[in-house]
Amino acid sequence: MVQVNPGFIDQVGQAKTFNAAACMNCGVCSAVCPMGIELLPRKLFRYVLLGVEDKVRENSATIYSCLLCKMCEVNCPAGVHIAENVRTLRYYLYKK
Amino acid sequence: MPLPTGDTIGILADNLRLRKSVLPIPAGVATRWSRGLNLPRGGETVLYTGMMYQLIPYIAAMSKAQGKVEDSPLANFVRLGRMINKVVNISGFMARPARDMQVRYDGMLVGIARLLEQAGVEFGYLYEEELYSGALVYDLGVDDVFAQHAREVYQTFRKKGVKNVITVDPHTTNMLRSVYPQLIEGYDLQVRSYLEVLAERLPATGPAPGGADVVIHDSCVYARYENIIEPQRKLLAAAGIKVKEPRDSGKFTLCCGGPAESLFPKKALERAAIRVAQLQAVSRQGVTMCPICLVNLQKAAGPDMNLRDISEYLTQGVRP
Ligand code: SF4
Ligand code: SF4
Repeated sequence: MVQVNPGFIDQVGQAKTFNAAACMNCGVCSAVCPMGIELLPRKLFRYVLLGVEDKVRENSATIYSCLLCKMCEVNCPAGVHIAENVRTLRYYLYKK
Repeated sequence: MPLPTGDTIGILADNLRLRKSVLPIPAGVATRWSRGLNLPRGGETVLYTGMMYQLIPYIAAMSKAQGKVEDSPLANFVRLGRMINKVVNISGFMARPARDMQVRYDGMLVGIARLLEQAGVEFGYLYEEELYSGALVYDLGVDDVFAQHAREVYQTFRKKGVKNVITVDPHTTNMLRSVYPQLIEGYDLQVRSYLEVLAERLPATGPAPGGADVVIHDSCVYARYENIIEPQRKLLAAAGIKVKEPRDSGKFTLCCGGPAESLFPKKALERAAIRVAQLQAVSRQGVTMCPICLVNLQKAAGPDMNLRDISEYLTQGVRP
């Protein structure tokens, strides 16, 4: 069973700058990612918004393997701040 | 077993907090490149190396050691390493840089200083008071340690009366120009890459004739974070280099994989090999403008490709 923590987005710390809600799940980011990161940002950011904390922790290797290269961001039609969102998740994981 | 992420990050963050650098190196090594140049100490305008070029030979040695640890039972000892590192600088034991590499990377900084002098730019240097920018710890998301360090770096500039900072690599440029201002109230340093400073001063004579075909690898940070795309092309053209574009270039450049180096050395190398193939499809001579790109791509290319820092191409016309 999936545990949901509605306050998770606030715990991530920077709810205002975490702009994943703009994502329309088009998949461009995954298609262009040089690391082939399928999970970021579409699914993982959605987990944060939904409060599925465990999924974020389970996928810490994915979060740290992002190059912060912004190839996804420069192609994203919704202007999601993907690299900054990834850094925000790293801060959360470091604090845990 | 892969490297334990939390402990590896912990070692880098502890180093920054305790020793002011992710990979502490002796002050004499950090400033050695400037010997004999008679650069003034400090001043309103300073050349800030951010220590990236000096750190690369150590990072290369460290990553070789890490590559051996990754996927081996030794990965279990990284936690112990972090505990010891709080008392003794373990990076000092792990990373012995190659001398020829140090000479080459120091030479790039000498070249940059000479190019600026030749262009009539007046600048000083902070010597042993210069601090690392904290870029790697920022990327790893250790924001509180980073913010504290950023304030110390800024205070050092303030105390010395610095107003203008000339940077030499994309990561340091991004930290000082775009990240520090978000963290430090009243931040008032003017920050420019030496590529921008030099390009601005180019005489309007147009490209020099002749020259070799060289494929350009844009740094993601220059291209996508700092929008620095044209200055490097103008400078190379003026130096008589025929710049060739690879498949992914400019704003859409493909990352060298280097940022994965500290935690996932093998993945970093795989990414670099993909980029090298794109570059080699265009030319066997390549130009980079970030020391991390250079070391990571060269490692993947081996002897099949001659990659050089942009400062090395630009100084071809500057007397030693
Ligand atoms: S490219 Fe942007 S909008 Fe499309 S899935 Fe990725 S984050 Fe969402
Ligand atoms: S910033 Fe991260 S998720 Fe985006 S393309 Fe680069 S490696 Fe992939």
